[in-house]
Amino acid sequence: MQFGFAGATPPAARNSARPAKARTGWRRGVRRATTGWAFAGPATFIVVGLSVFPAVWAFVISRTKWNGIAPAKNVGWGNYQLMTEDPELTSAIRHTVVLTALFVPSSILLGLLIAVALNRKIRFVGFYRTCIFVPYVASAAATGILATFVFNPQFGIANDTLRRLHLPTQQFLESHSQALVVICLIALWGEVGFTAVIYLAALQDIPPELLEAGAIDGAGRFRIFWHIVVPELRPVTVFTAVWQTITALQLFDLIYTTTRGGPLQSTETVVYYMYELAFQTQKFGYGSAVAYGLFAVTVLLTLGIFWYSRRAKVEAF
Amino acid sequence: MTTTTTPPITAITEAPAPPQPDRRRFRLPFSGWHLLLMPLSLLFVIPLLQMVLTSFMSDGDINRFPPKFIPTALHISGYKGLFTDSHILRWLVNTIIVAAIAVTAQMVLCSMAGYGFARLKFAGRNVGFFLMVATVMIPTQLLMIPTYLMFTRLGIVNTLAAAFVPWLATAFGIFLMRQFFLSLPAELEEAAAIDGAGAWQIFFRIVLPLARPALATLALFTLLDSWNDLVWPLIAISDERWYTLQVGLTMFQGTRHTQWSLLMAGNVVATMPLIIAFIVAQKRFVATMTFSGLKG
Repeated sequence: MQFGFAGATPPAARNSARPAKARTGWRRGVRRATTGWAFAGPATFIVVGLSVFPAVWAFVISRTKWNGIAPAKNVGWGNYQLMTEDPELTSAIRHTVVLTALFVPSSILLGLLIAVALNRKIRFVGFYRTCIFVPYVASAAATGILATFVFNPQFGIANDTLRRLHLPTQQFLESHSQALVVICLIALWGEVGFTAVIYLAALQDIPPELLEAGAIDGAGRFRIFWHIVVPELRPVTVFTAVWQTITALQLFDLIYTTTRGGPLQSTETVVYYMYELAFQTQKFGYGSAVAYGLFAVTVLLTLGIFWYSRRAKVEAF
Repeated sequence: MTTTTTPPITAITEAPAPPQPDRRRFRLPFSGWHLLLMPLSLLFVIPLLQMVLTSFMSDGDINRFPPKFIPTALHISGYKGLFTDSHILRWLVNTIIVAAIAVTAQMVLCSMAGYGFARLKFAGRNVGFFLMVATVMIPTQLLMIPTYLMFTRLGIVNTLAAAFVPWLATAFGIFLMRQFFLSLPAELEEAAAIDGAGAWQIFFRIVLPLARPALATLALFTLLDSWNDLVWPLIAISDERWYTLQVGLTMFQGTRHTQWSLLMAGNVVATMPLIIAFIVAQKRFVATMTFSGLKG
């Protein structure tokens, strides 16, 4: 036998290969490492090579002024300093915050509501589930193009509906005060199926005894939901919160295919601004610095949610 | 219960109307949840339905006021324009090639790595696994510039490789397979090891056949990701012949933003294969989502 089984040891000992290693010889260790890395190496090499290596490179670039052609000029922390006094970045941050603040809670609440409804044993439930989930499969590019048609002020179905209901028609994606909200709605349309399906699975995992116990104690439907179901769902909620926050922070395809940051830069998020800096105006250095800023915020937010969930004793992952 | 959380979009009138609630005070003849689910489902499906219907309209139909939902007759001018004026067939083939390579590579590489990290003990395993998982936090946008530069140096800008290389192996795929292998009982493998089978033999003969459900899951996710990817081909491919469907669509949008039947026909070609695949494989897909979602 030339390799050990992690699975054969009790789970607690799974991560400490040390006692076994001490007994085995040096040669065996080398052979094990060769086999192990032959299995794990190729994929790890690709994943790390396409993320850690470019991430480090991005950091190097972020400390230069570079358009990709002329030699890069070292500017130290200049780009990061520039970020603090860039009004366009400030408004991009504001748009990102608004989008995230709209998108994350509504996708969680709507997903939960849909999951609760889909968890009933009623007719057509399979059909409903299919309908609600199908948009998740459509690409963001196709969704964006479809949305520009649906929300077209002249002949889109959205305004047509408003007209039939004798409500004032809207400019939607062409209005600088509505575009961001409309994009959030489109993103919800595409993403809420995901949240709903995850919540649905979690709801089905709740032991029925718990709910029965609540009913025996005389709790009403709403109190059972609030005091038993919602706390049981907390790990899933933490997971979806992290997932959807990252989705909202990195939303790019939809903005690219609907408004391209307009009108009047009202939908220019940090991610889109970064794309424009790098690939439209060739400001590689400053673009990388902005990307690093976004990275730092993502990590802080993720760690923050983890820290909070650990303090609240929720095992999310 | 909380009707306040539904999005403030009004029901769409031209669709088959949801069954009217019984106005009397006593019980509805059907569950009240239908009143929530029916309009919501319509809201989710009607735009897609309209996409398909519009792709069969003539431009006259589309520009009529008030707008029509159902085409007056089956017009295929959108598809005709699509197939004659653009490389859509080529883009479709490109996309299929990219997706096929990505799916195959991930099934091989990620299952191997997942098995290695789950079952084999070797120097550097924990460090390697930790490093791999940590990469999930790096946003794609941070990688865009250096990856583009890297692709330039590797000479794969303007080739299909630029579209599939980022999907050859992903941290998510490795993680998914590792979780699956950890959930398998180890007795079978131990027995095979006692009989003198090596690691590779055990992996290919015993473990992989058991991993079919997880592999199907991985394949579905990779198909979805690589087919729908816009960012990588967008930044690295500018030669029209090597576009994928998603990039082709966005290019259309820039140049033919008034030819809605053509745009919608393009959308249909780009989304319907996956939508049909999803409806066929629905059970597996939903199981997939929950599996991956809950296990993180």
